[in-house]
Amino acid sequence: MARVSLQVNGQAHSVDLDTRTTLLDALREYLKLTGTKKGCDHGQCGACTVMIDGRRINSCLTLAVMNEGRRITTIEGLGTPEAMHPMQAAFVKHDGYQCGYCTPGQICSAVAMLDEVKAGVPSHVTADLLAAPDLTPAELRERMSGNICRCAAYSNIVDAITEVAGGTG
Amino acid sequence: MKFETAATVNPIDRMKVIGWPTERIDGPFKATGRASYAYEWHDVVPNQAYGYIVASAIAKGRINRLDVSRAKQAPGVIAVVTAENAGKLGKAQRNTATVLGGPEIEHYHQLIAVVVAETFEQARAAAGLVEVDYTREPGRFDLKAECDSATDPGKITGGKSDTTVGDFDRAYAAAPVTLDATYTTPDQSHMMMEPPSTIAAWDGGSLTVWTSHQMVDWARSDLATTFGMQKEKVRVVSPYVGGGFGAKLFLRADAVAAVLGARAAGRPVKVALPRPLSVNNTVHRPATIQRIRIGAEPGGKITAIAHESWSGDLPDGKADGAVHQTRLLYAGANRMTATRLATLNLPEGNAMRAPGEATGLMALEIAIDEMAEKLGLDPVEFRILNDTQIVPDSPSEASDDDPQAGAPTEGHESPERRFSQRHLVECLRLGAEKFGWNRRNPRPGQSREGDWLIGLGMAAAIRGNHMTKSAARVRLDRRGIVTVETDMTDIGTGSYTIIAQTAAEMMGVLLDKVVVRLGDSAFPVSAGSGGQWGANCSTSGVYAACVKLREAVAQKLGFNALDAVFEDGHVRSGGRSLPLVQAAGDGEIVAEDMVEFGGITEQYEQATFGAQFVEVAVDAYTGETRIRRMLSVCDCGRILNPTAARSQVIGGMTMGVGAALTEELAVDKRFGFFVNHDLAGYEVPVHADIPHQEVIFLGDGDPMSSPMKSKGVAELGICGVAAAVANAIYNATGVRVRDYPLTLDKLLPGLPAIS
Repeated sequence: MARVSLQVNGQAHSVDLDTRTTLLDALREYLKLTGTKKGCDHGQCGACTVMIDGRRINSCLTLAVMNEGRRITTIEGLGTPEAMHPMQAAFVKHDGYQCGYCTPGQICSAVAMLDEVKAGVPSHVTADLLAAPDLTPAELRERMSGNICRCAAYSNIVDAITEVAGGTG
Repeated sequence: MKFETAATVNPIDRMKVIGWPTERIDGPFKATGRASYAYEWHDVVPNQAYGYIVASAIAKGRINRLDVSRAKQAPGVIAVVTAENAGKLGKAQRNTATVLGGPEIEHYHQLIAVVVAETFEQARAAAGLVEVDYTREPGRFDLKAECDSATDPGKITGGKSDTTVGDFDRAYAAAPVTLDATYTTPDQSHMMMEPPSTIAAWDGGSLTVWTSHQMVDWARSDLATTFGMQKEKVRVVSPYVGGGFGAKLFLRADAVAAVLGARAAGRPVKVALPRPLSVNNTVHRPATIQRIRIGAEPGGKITAIAHESWSGDLPDGKADGAVHQTRLLYAGANRMTATRLATLNLPEGNAMRAPGEATGLMALEIAIDEMAEKLGLDPVEFRILNDTQIVPDSPSEASDDDPQAGAPTEGHESPERRFSQRHLVECLRLGAEKFGWNRRNPRPGQSREGDWLIGLGMAAAIRGNHMTKSAARVRLDRRGIVTVETDMTDIGTGSYTIIAQTAAEMMGVLLDKVVVRLGDSAFPVSAGSGGQWGANCSTSGVYAACVKLREAVAQKLGFNALDAVFEDGHVRSGGRSLPLVQAAGDGEIVAEDMVEFGGITEQYEQATFGAQFVEVAVDAYTGETRIRRMLSVCDCGRILNPTAARSQVIGGMTMGVGAALTEELAVDKRFGFFVNHDLAGYEVPVHADIPHQEVIFLGDGDPMSSPMKSKGVAELGICGVAAAVANAIYNATGVRVRDYPLTLDKLLPGLPAIS
């Protein structure tokens, strides 16, 4: 057992938990922030994506005790049904989901991904590793490929992210 | 309400709310993480404990010794349940294998124990301490090897196992142009994103489960059967379902383990099936071997067509209905279909999105492409030439997936049995025009852009439109809010939204005046979500309840219900107009009804049709296939919400791409299990695999289908797609692959020489 201080969505939480507890289970089972989803529990599906200090991560692949004091943002921290984050609103507008189970992970991933592009981080399909990457459809799809949507709203998710990124949507 | 004659003009036809691309009313909850799925109900019952599943490590045999002593002593453990202390359990009719195994083991990863502990980590660690000693028995795991011993299952979903019309052998022998080819499709996994999950809580002799299920009433019945209870003592709650595709039609290990665990622990227990167990523990789409023979005149008219299919399942299981669509899709006087079922000791095969048509069209629509080439005909024109408005073979029968339906109707086998609507030719022509089909080079391997070989392919699609009874309750309260209650589920299909649209249209109010409550067995029993019947049937049930509510409102306001118009929040009749809310001024008005189908819905063959077009690029060096463009043209009645309907279709198209290119459960034929049993090993399409997708709905209402004049749409989208991809790959490369998926190793030996 260990006591862990987690900074989640701007709030400090102190939790006593089993040191084997993943960040994902700490969020879902201890803080009752169930918006972050468990699809596979070993880093294959992306449904548990959250942001730690602004970077996206599969929260099932990091233990809660490894994140002491870090700034964690979950889907609940981005917006509420009454006041959605622009990315959440774009997903609703473009029907970028169906069952909704991968959706929080897709949205957190998309928000962080746009920051990666702005920061000039290259991807597998970036031709020039030294140039600032353009958010082409191929770049966007490559960068979002860690987030599986079995309902396959991909075509609509790309439209939603493109709109938020300032494209035509 | 009985729906037995063609629908006439009704309030839905106004299409002031129905038919509009309304955003999902549940969307903001899903997009902000506020929608609660089965495992996430922290606040409904206190003191929830965690269950973790132990699954069999052999496919067939016996447990000699199951030692739970170390697990029981592990920190935090509250209870361990196995077949030895579970008490007597019944087996639901819809389950092929027993959910809780032991001492007999029927398949790999069959549930054999559940460990309940204070925390998830403790339960998981203790589950690892359960010691099992097995005796492994030899099993049958190789479909091809078992084909000779396969037997006639007697029936398939949608009809008989075998059919004959005319004299196939003679006509085929006499046909100037013939094709005889065998195709194989692999075992496939649903891989919905939410694993099967359940919270179970006992209250005396009553049981409540919060679970993830497509059919609330089936779950309720199957729990009652399994635990020997009265159905009335079981409550099932499933308002959000994280995908299903057929995998959540049946009672699975998560629910049984949670209920057993809760009984043993004396407190609520939650269990989720770990992803690596979900493939072998649950159901999958079974592999098929399909032989297709087609004979035609030189001009292209089909004179003989035969489709035979072999699949396997556990003892007392069922066959894949791959041949079914071949009875309906193309004309031809001489025909035969046959289905054989082999006994296999692999996990249970069962329904996955468009069961039957999905696999059948994977084979048939390559065969049609091959035949068109032999005849020197364009594949679109060949299909149009053999279109038929008359059902060419025996009619569909009530689905055995659907216990609500009555016995198969006899007496409709006249040769003039027709489709209620069939616009396949329009789908094909419109699709060809929109996709630029005329730019396709009919000679394969001729189009090249740099390193890429480019090809166009297409296929026809057909999927049954099943009708099954569905009930709903509708309330009008003093604030003028219309609340719909039905046990219908929304598995991503848009049920919340289209049901709200239906109620708004019927009651003449805006969407923001409608509340929809779904997925609770306390509500009237709906059609549920399966077989692409959910949208049409559940909204028809809501329609029926709204008709009753309109009558009650009219009576309350002193109007004649027959000519009262419900519009803009008012009710008008005979020159008078009153606010709708006034009817509920002295108390809520509640109405409930059920739609039941019969008569006309049985006299006509009901199906949905489509045309799938695909452009691929195949790497000339590596054989890697990329999808460049996709178009689906759909003939599926009135579209209730074009946005939600499009999403269903693109989801199907994408699953079809997976079926074509990557999805295959690899069978370990020595030990009898699916090897790649997680989301890394079983490759479903990801963002990078899928381009922008186009969907066109023809959009005509079908008055024979329901008062909504709508039809199924969710499963049509997958139908024919894999074959369209395979045909496009052939057009690109000249390599004809008849063994799915079309991985690059199957293309490489035949790729054109690189100059």
